[in-house]
Amino acid sequence: MLSKRIIACLDVRDGAVVKGINFEGLKRAGDPATLAARYNREGIDEVVILDVTATIEKRKALTETIQAVAREIFLPLCVGGGIRGEDHAEAAIDAGADKVGINTAALAQPELITTLAKRYGSQAVIVAIDAKREDGRFKIYVRSGQQGTEHDAVEWAQQAADRGAGEILLTSIDRDGTKQGFDCELTAAVSNAVPIPVIASGGAGTFNHFVDVFKTGRADAALAASIFHYAEHAVEDLKTHLYTHGVPVRLPLGERSAHADSID
Amino acid sequence: MIALLDYGAGNLTSVRKALAHLGAPVTTPSALAQLTDASGLIVPGVGNFEVTATLGQDWRDAILNYISSGRPLLGICVGMQWLFDGSVEAPGHPGLGLIPGTCQLLTADPESQHKITTDDDTEITRFKVPHVGWNALHRQGESWLLDGINEGDQVYFTHSYAAPLTDRCVGSTRYGTEFAAAVEYGPVGGVQFHPEKSSDVGLHILQNFLRRVP
Repeated sequence: MLSKRIIACLDVRDGAVVKGINFEGLKRAGDPATLAARYNREGIDEVVILDVTATIEKRKALTETIQAVAREIFLPLCVGGGIRGEDHAEAAIDAGADKVGINTAALAQPELITTLAKRYGSQAVIVAIDAKREDGRFKIYVRSGQQGTEHDAVEWAQQAADRGAGEILLTSIDRDGTKQGFDCELTAAVSNAVPIPVIASGGAGTFNHFVDVFKTGRADAALAASIFHYAEHAVEDLKTHLYTHGVPVRLPLGERSAHADSID
Repeated sequence: MIALLDYGAGNLTSVRKALAHLGAPVTTPSALAQLTDASGLIVPGVGNFEVTATLGQDWRDAILNYISSGRPLLGICVGMQWLFDGSVEAPGHPGLGLIPGTCQLLTADPESQHKITTDDDTEITRFKVPHVGWNALHRQGESWLLDGINEGDQVYFTHSYAAPLTDRCVGSTRYGTEFAAAVEYGPVGGVQFHPEKSSDVGLHILQNFLRRVP
């Protein structure tokens, strides 16, 4: 059966990996290619490179980062952050990205989703949604969580799927960086509403948070950053924990037989 | 020299990178004549099955000639689907017809574990398409393509349509229903998943193909 995916997110600025709390206060965590190689060895399922403060001058640095990471891993690679149009997407894909994540640009120009899906296939187009609980709804924020909108996360996710998005990357602004757990209610609301996979993001602090977001949150994949960056073997240990708690995952070769008898 | 067919069906960067990593000399033929010198042929493909329409009669004939000379071929994703009669995704575009059967849209099986109860207590089936992610390979008999691959090893899929199970199936997977994940017909192999994105297991399968290339 299809495994739930564990995805490592590399927030990159000026060619180095950083990690923020609630989208602010970034601190450095290392070299993207080295981190990606380590995660690959530990059994990560996918890697996302998120260009955190994208400006025009930094585009070239991003291309080099994508190439360096792509050299280290033979896994699906998604690139997002500041992708404003087709040309940015093309540059990322030519550099080695298998998928591109679009956020602000997709909301501003929904046709971009369809354009990219037609050119590269839906599987290459991930629509990223950053949502915050407000007035009893899940409201969308754009521009790296700085600017509120009146859009609803569930409705927009449905529209994005209709327009050809292959997956939704859903981030809880409230939970991001807090290690208090994913927002399972938000994730389930979106996952139940769309016929495409939903990647949960924001709030991972313990292994049980992942169990919750896959079960209660109905997520198809979960993305995390700092939980992995600062701890060796975190990916392997997480997957073993998930496996023993009844969540289907891809274990590193050789691990399966060791745990085959210990599933609940 | 291995020919990697670029017929406009998606980005080849990942495939090229994997082959380079495995030390395989690869060329992208722009003319049919270059197929005569190829000792191996890879037919990739992502997106809608109708992209195969760019492979007109002359390319189809050249590829069939290539196959009848007994040289190895590997179809990836849409490239594997193209080995069949066709796909309901693009009814007007026949495949190569090497393996009988038509690719179908992935659907939940009746005993689906994809049922969810909504807020107003109705039960609906939420079966996600495309099939995206890592899924297990179930070996079916002997295979050069999957040599050394263990039962249950996982590979990365991303597709909405799938090929039927036939005698040529050497590996199946299950998502909603069971369908062909890997096929083999003499020196012709096909994989629905992306070996270039399937980490060590994927590279091993690519290496199995490269080993067939003299």
